[in-house]
Amino acid sequence: MLKRVHFPASILPYLLVAPQVIVTLIFFIWPASQAVYQSFLIEDAFGLSTEFVWFENFTYLWDDSHYRSSFGRTIFFSACVAFLSMAFALILAGFADRVIRGSTVYRTLLIWPYAVAPVLAGALFLFMFNPTIGIFPFILEKIGYGWNHYLNGGQAMFLVIIAAAWKQVAYNFLFYLAAMQSIPRSITEAAAIDGAGPIRRFATIIFPLISPTTFFLLVINATYAFFETFGIIHAVTQGGPANSTTTLVYKVYNDGFVGLDLGGSAAQSVILMILVIGMTVIQFRFIEKRVQY
Amino acid sequence: MTFTKSLLASTVLMGALATSAYAQTEINWWHAMGGTNGERIDKMAADFNASQSDYVVKPSYKGNYTETMTAAIAAFRAGEQPHLVQVFEVGTATMMAAKGAIYPVEKLMADAGEPFNGDDYLPAVVSYYQTPEGELLSMPFNSSTPVLWYNADALEAAGVEVPGTWEEVDAAAKALVDNGMKCGISFGWQSWVMIENFSAWHDLALGTKENGFAGFDTELTFNNDQVAARLQAVADMQADNKFVYGGRRGDSLPMFTNGECGMWMNSSAYYGSIVGQAKFKFGQTMLPLDKTVADAPQNSIIGGATLWALQGHESDEYKGLAQFLTYLSSPEVQAWWHQETGYVPITKAAAELSKEQGFYESNPGTDTAIKQLSLNTPTANSRGLRFGNFVQIRDVINEEMEALWAGNISAQEALDNAANRGNDLLRKFERSVK
Repeated sequence: MLKRVHFPASILPYLLVAPQVIVTLIFFIWPASQAVYQSFLIEDAFGLSTEFVWFENFTYLWDDSHYRSSFGRTIFFSACVAFLSMAFALILAGFADRVIRGSTVYRTLLIWPYAVAPVLAGALFLFMFNPTIGIFPFILEKIGYGWNHYLNGGQAMFLVIIAAAWKQVAYNFLFYLAAMQSIPRSITEAAAIDGAGPIRRFATIIFPLISPTTFFLLVINATYAFFETFGIIHAVTQGGPANSTTTLVYKVYNDGFVGLDLGGSAAQSVILMILVIGMTVIQFRFIEKRVQY
Repeated sequence: MTFTKSLLASTVLMGALATSAYAQTEINWWHAMGGTNGERIDKMAADFNASQSDYVVKPSYKGNYTETMTAAIAAFRAGEQPHLVQVFEVGTATMMAAKGAIYPVEKLMADAGEPFNGDDYLPAVVSYYQTPEGELLSMPFNSSTPVLWYNADALEAAGVEVPGTWEEVDAAAKALVDNGMKCGISFGWQSWVMIENFSAWHDLALGTKENGFAGFDTELTFNNDQVAARLQAVADMQADNKFVYGGRRGDSLPMFTNGECGMWMNSSAYYGSIVGQAKFKFGQTMLPLDKTVADAPQNSIIGGATLWALQGHESDEYKGLAQFLTYLSSPEVQAWWHQETGYVPITKAAAELSKEQGFYESNPGTDTAIKQLSLNTPTANSRGLRFGNFVQIRDVINEEMEALWAGNISAQEALDNAANRGNDLLRKFERSVK
């Protein structure tokens, strides 16, 4: 006869995880389920008349060529922001890592932009690039280039990409610098003795060794570009001109809060939710395998 | 979506904090006037509060028009709505359709026993906010209309008269550019100025069903030959900088005030800003007439906002609200507001009072807006417009017009696209309020 092993039942572990579970339920699961429910409704702004329409809000989006084009635009925008901010941060960190005198000053100055709120970052660039009163259009005009991002969609896109990337460089810099400093000096010194120059040392030793950081930053920056750049776009272009800077997140806001189309907006946020889940899965399943820890 | 929820939650929390207990009956007024106009609103409320001891009006600034309207709607859904909220004119159809949420102003005044006579108000102002039966739904507060602003010094230097027709605008723009200016004319709020008001001014319909006044099953018809021809002509003016596009809303104001553009079409309510910023002699005149469309102008339509009373409060509070509305529309308050801001006075008495005080004589041109609005008795085409989802439709119009200015499409294509996309939004609205 088998003897069953009994562990005394205790509620302590449940109590210990309870706060985390409650927070998740209230701040994530509940709003998310509300969004899913809302996406099946066509409702007036005040909630006085409601019609349950199943997937009609989704098929409407599917047929909407403007929604489909905002997909491609978001991917282009995110790729540019992630690449630019990571590339610049990597270069700056590479230099800051080699600085011996006054390194604290450099580092502090390079980290500053991260403390700037997205809306303020947007406002800074808005003033610098204002076609009428900005300094850059003034300089560009001197060399014969007309700048008007109120009219030129390409210029507007360039502007929000630069603003969004600029703000994120500081954050990436911090992580890259920390990663580089954790590489034992003996390795790079040995390479130097063997005759490898700074660029070769960077390409064959430093860059491969910090690949976990690059992977981590890729995830963070992609998420940042997808979701947190709302403030910058709102401040600089409000999605214009002619929709040329309307990303998925901006469209959720615009349809929901400006247009008061709650069902359509909720459907878009459900699609975004699925997209994030998918993106995270892909990143961890496929890209992470190529990273050397 | 967590973002949405937290915004809703914080709005509700603000509402809850604002209704703490006081001995006097408190009346909450949410508005969208920042800066100097916000201070003027505070002064109005303070003056009213000092004039009696039963009620306290508490104004709170809730962001721009869109944010204020969204905040009020979110608060209503949570049962924490203010008594009075300022809503811009394009939100009218949305508010009107929410029958269970709004308290029509004319009914409110009657229930509270406050004297109210619709004939005291300027017809062009109130007609925008009446039901087809003539009941006033919301109290007009800050109303303006687009006018043609001009740089008098620049026009004189270029040797041209103040233009009255589009032909003359084109000639004046050419003269200004030839005389060394960077741009002849620009404008803001382009849907309002170049489509909505252009149509009303020339007595053209924007949509079926009396521009939406007669029913939600309306369709947009502004993609007609006349509007297309005008917009195409303006787009063609870009070739030699006779017209330069400077962005949505009032973004192009600096182009006028720093002397880049000699003419600018936008709201009469920019008077205060232009007085403060322009270092040249300026003036305002009526919108230009397109002689190929009409022989004489009809009347322009208003923009700006009105005050909506919301349901769900005690009758005693509504009594105080009614008194406050009477105070707001009194000739003295209206004349003061009009002369300070450039918004038009909402009552005939306030316009008379401003005249008696000699305001128009010492500030020539400041009566342009009133003249434009009361030029003729409004027709079905010039009464205003009432389209659902119009905030989004204006966005669509802005997008298509920007594509036109960028040279991607023709004026006819832009208007056809805008009308088609707008009609989809109208059908969506029609379903949502069924």
